[in-house]
Amino acid sequence: MHYELKETIMDKNNLIVYCEFEDGKVADVSLELLTKGRQLASKLGVKLEAIVIGDNLDKVEEQLFPYGVDRVYKVSDKRLYPYTTNPHAAVLINLFKEIEPQICLMGATCIGRDLGPRVSSCLHSGLTADCTSLEIGDHKDVKTGKEYTDLLYQIRPAFGGNIVATIVNPECRPQMATVREGVMKKEVFDAAHKGEVVDLDPSKYVSDEDFVVEIIDRHIEKSKINIKNSPIIVAGGYGVGSKENFDLLYDLANTLGAEVGASRAAVDAGFTEHARQIGQTGVTVRPKLYIACGISGQIQHIAGMQDSSIIISINNDPNAPINTIADYVITGNVEDVVPKLIKYYKKNSK
Amino acid sequence: MSLNIIVLAKQVPDTRNVGKDAMKEDGTINRAALPAIFNPEDLNALEQALHLKDANPGSTITLLTMGLPRAAEIIREAIYRGADSGIVLTDRVLGGADTLATSYSLAQAVKKFGNYDIILGGRQAIDGDTAQVGPQIAEKLGIPQVTYAEEILDLKDGFVTVKRRLENGVETVKAPLPCVVTVNGSAADCRPRNAMRVQKYKFAVSPSEVAKLTDRQKEIVENRPYLQLQEWGAAFVDADPEQIGFAGSPTKVKSIENVVFTAKESRVLDDDDAAIEDLVKELIANHTIG
Repeated sequence: MHYELKETIMDKNNLIVYCEFEDGKVADVSLELLTKGRQLASKLGVKLEAIVIGDNLDKVEEQLFPYGVDRVYKVSDKRLYPYTTNPHAAVLINLFKEIEPQICLMGATCIGRDLGPRVSSCLHSGLTADCTSLEIGDHKDVKTGKEYTDLLYQIRPAFGGNIVATIVNPECRPQMATVREGVMKKEVFDAAHKGEVVDLDPSKYVSDEDFVVEIIDRHIEKSKINIKNSPIIVAGGYGVGSKENFDLLYDLANTLGAEVGASRAAVDAGFTEHARQIGQTGVTVRPKLYIACGISGQIQHIAGMQDSSIIISINNDPNAPINTIADYVITGNVEDVVPKLIKYYKKNSK
Repeated sequence: MSLNIIVLAKQVPDTRNVGKDAMKEDGTINRAALPAIFNPEDLNALEQALHLKDANPGSTITLLTMGLPRAAEIIREAIYRGADSGIVLTDRVLGGADTLATSYSLAQAVKKFGNYDIILGGRQAIDGDTAQVGPQIAEKLGIPQVTYAEEILDLKDGFVTVKRRLENGVETVKAPLPCVVTVNGSAADCRPRNAMRVQKYKFAVSPSEVAKLTDRQKEIVENRPYLQLQEWGAAFVDADPEQIGFAGSPTKVKSIENVVFTAKESRVLDDDDAAIEDLVKELIANHTIG
């Protein structure tokens, strides 16, 4: 359905999520943010809105409504896909000047981290990157004594992950935040939920001058590896020692029906691929069982797996930092211990 | 064609490998104990700039950094590797800035600098980890941006062609100059110092640093403009007081917590067959595995 852009319909001050759309699918990170956005919008008593900019956007709203979206803005034009900065920024900047959202969320992806700052700079709004948590709360400015209610608390690690900061934007709007994939949980709100669709005319939001960057070539391949949802993860660190030794971890994973993950050090050393990297610059996982093999436990890694229900650490260094958060610590060499785990599992399982 | 290249860089505490020396007894970080380094991805950006200079003889590379006066150290480091000169944007009133206020301040400095063909910088700094300043500067200057750059493939006829490394692949884009390009850590490593340049430029100092020189060294610097690093303040770059520092920052830090992991009661086992078998049986019995 098409709606005319009227003042009466376009109410202001809502929470809006910029959604990424590729190959006919809304990105997981966008759905995770809609889940969070739905909770925050309900708490604030405002609508949850989504905006999708690109091409071939027919029926994209069917993927969005179940997450509790009240209104979907669509801006469709051949030139708007694939993403380039200025056109998408122009849409958001011009739309936000009309609808004045109080909060805008986007994925901390290559797109979100390119687009967010461009938009926030133009609107002079605050932007916090890579948030690990979002809440609504009150704030008192220490210097002026002014009090604020219902602000977005943007919580994120900084200083290489060694501190966690809570950031607020008391005065400027919209309050903008980006969040990495897998940090928030994706959950359907109501499969039958329906909202409105607003088709925006691209020519009113983007001008020809915005199309300055030309994409000459593109090789994008969605990785076949997705370890995020695996209930058991066998992860290897630099201590595994070699790409060949990583085979032991694959054996254990196959035996247990698990996925294989890795620390950044192991990926950087070429033991396995980046898609398996767990941590601040990789994926966040929360399996029921996490078996860390030869992982020392840098803070940036722990940030990506600390919510695991049970953690086993196999390490020949009894003082490895990861041991302090492990439920079970096996002091020994990965190449000795892992085969034993496989052997005794096969022996004792049905 | 000779290019005017600006490289944006930051001096940062080395947060990558926080060793035991930098940890206080309560498990929190002692920031003062961390060495100050050239932000790693800014070095990748510098290498791309040096590459452009190699391909376009007569080009100049100017390093621009906002920070404490001691940030002059990274300007020298850049010069040792092939940059030509540098500017430290430093002023008390610029302190306490979030990314927006920082970008505004740096954009003012770029405007003051004047003529440039391309601005390069690292994707993000290892203390803030936001990746926001590059794009925000581009917006404030009203020029295009190319982020996640892994390699500058070509520059000619007023356009730069860049290979970008994204999450799930690569993309090659062409952008008009001038523009801002932010460079990934996956790009080529920066070449090492050049011994002859170290000899030539080891006394390159900013005005704040002159006081520490011996009279003999001061004389050397006075007679050689190429040893005079620049230091600019807020007034010099026509900075609007409302847009800099704490006042110019929409984001405010409400609170900070040190990350200290709560230790669990761990069960410690040796690499002992019986113990391992018991553990496996226990995990099967409580349905964690199997």
